[in-house]
Amino acid sequence: MNAFSGQTLSWQIVNGVTELALHRDPCNEIGSLTLDELEKFAAALPELENNSHALIVHSTLKAGFSAGADLRELFQRGQAMEKSAARRGVREFLERIHCVMNTLDALPLTTIAAVHGVTFGGGFELALVCDIIVADRTARFCFPELRLGLIPGFGGIPRLKRDLGNAVVRDLLLTGRSFNVMKAQQIGLVSQIAAEGEALRVARATASQAAKFEKRTVATAKEFVKPIPYEELKREIDIFCDLYSRPAVEQGLRKFVENEGVQPYLP
Amino acid sequence: MSAPTIDHTLDEILKLAASHFKVPREKLTPDDDFFKTLGIDSLQALDLLTRIEHHFRIELPDYELQGVSDFRTLANRIQARL
Repeated sequence: MNAFSGQTLSWQIVNGVTELALHRDPCNEIGSLTLDELEKFAAALPELENNSHALIVHSTLKAGFSAGADLRELFQRGQAMEKSAARRGVREFLERIHCVMNTLDALPLTTIAAVHGVTFGGGFELALVCDIIVADRTARFCFPELRLGLIPGFGGIPRLKRDLGNAVVRDLLLTGRSFNVMKAQQIGLVSQIAAEGEALRVARATASQAAKFEKRTVATAKEFVKPIPYEELKREIDIFCDLYSRPAVEQGLRKFVENEGVQPYLP
Repeated sequence: MSAPTIDHTLDEILKLAASHFKVPREKLTPDDDFFKTLGIDSLQALDLLTRIEHHFRIELPDYELQGVSDFRTLANRIQARL
C-alpha cells in the first residue's frame, strides 16, 4: 500500500521518499487507534521500502510532533476493567508498539524525524527510532513519565542510552524537564536545526541527499552503526508493567486526566 | 559585559509575549497572570519558554516555572540565569 489516509496518520510517496504524517488532534497522542494505524504502516513497509529510498516522519499539527502516549485512554481503560486485565492490556499495548518501533528502527532506509513544538514521551520515542532528527526552533524534548510514577515505555531509555551520554539521559529522565532545540543539538540528539515551520523542507533536502547512496550500502552501514538494544527494550516493558501496577500510578494518571487547569504539561 | 537590569528583562518579556501572542503591548503589565491575559495553556506556555530561551540565550528548566504565572516572577527566574 503506497498511500494511506487514516484517522490519526497518513502516508504517501513523494519524490521517492515515504512521508508519514501524524495528524491526530490535539497533539498526536498515541493511543490504540494510532497504534492500529502504525501497525498498518509497519505492514506496508516491505512494499514502501522497494519504492522509496528514505522515510520522513512528521506532524501536520501546529502544537507539535507528538505529546506522547494517550494518557486519558490509558487511565480510562484501566478504570473500566479489573486490575489484572488492565495490566495485561498495558503489556499487550507495549509489546505491539515495541514491535512497530523496532521495525522502524531496523528499516534499511534512511529515516528522518522532522519535528517541531512538543516532542514528548512517546512522541520523543518515535523520533528516537529515526536515524536523523531534524528539528525546528520551536521543538522541545521531554520525558515526563516519572511525574506519573512511570518510566518511558515505548523504547525511550534504551534508545537514548544508545545515542547519548548517560549523564544526559539521567538529566532528562530524573528531572522530567524539557530541552529546547539548541540544547538538543548540543547534546547530539538533533542533527540539524531548521527555522520555524521549515523542518519538513530541511528533512526533504536531507532525504534527497540520502537518495544518492546505494540502498544496500545504506542498509549495511545502518546495521553497523545503529544496533538495536533488544534485551534492554524487553526489560523496559517489564519495568514499566511492574511500576504500572502500583496505586501511585493510578493517582498520577487521575491527577493528569482530571486536571482542568492550564498547567498539566508543566512539571 | 554587565547583565541587563530586571526592568529591562521584564520589558523584553512583555514585548516578546505581546508580539508572539498578538496582544497590544500596552495591555500587558508585570503582575498580570500571563495564562489569563494571553489566554494560553501549558503547551503555549512552553512555546513562550522556548522563545524566551532563544531570545535571552539561556536555559531555563521548566520546573522553575511551576506555579509561576505572572511576568514579574518569570522575569526574576530569567534574571537569575543571565
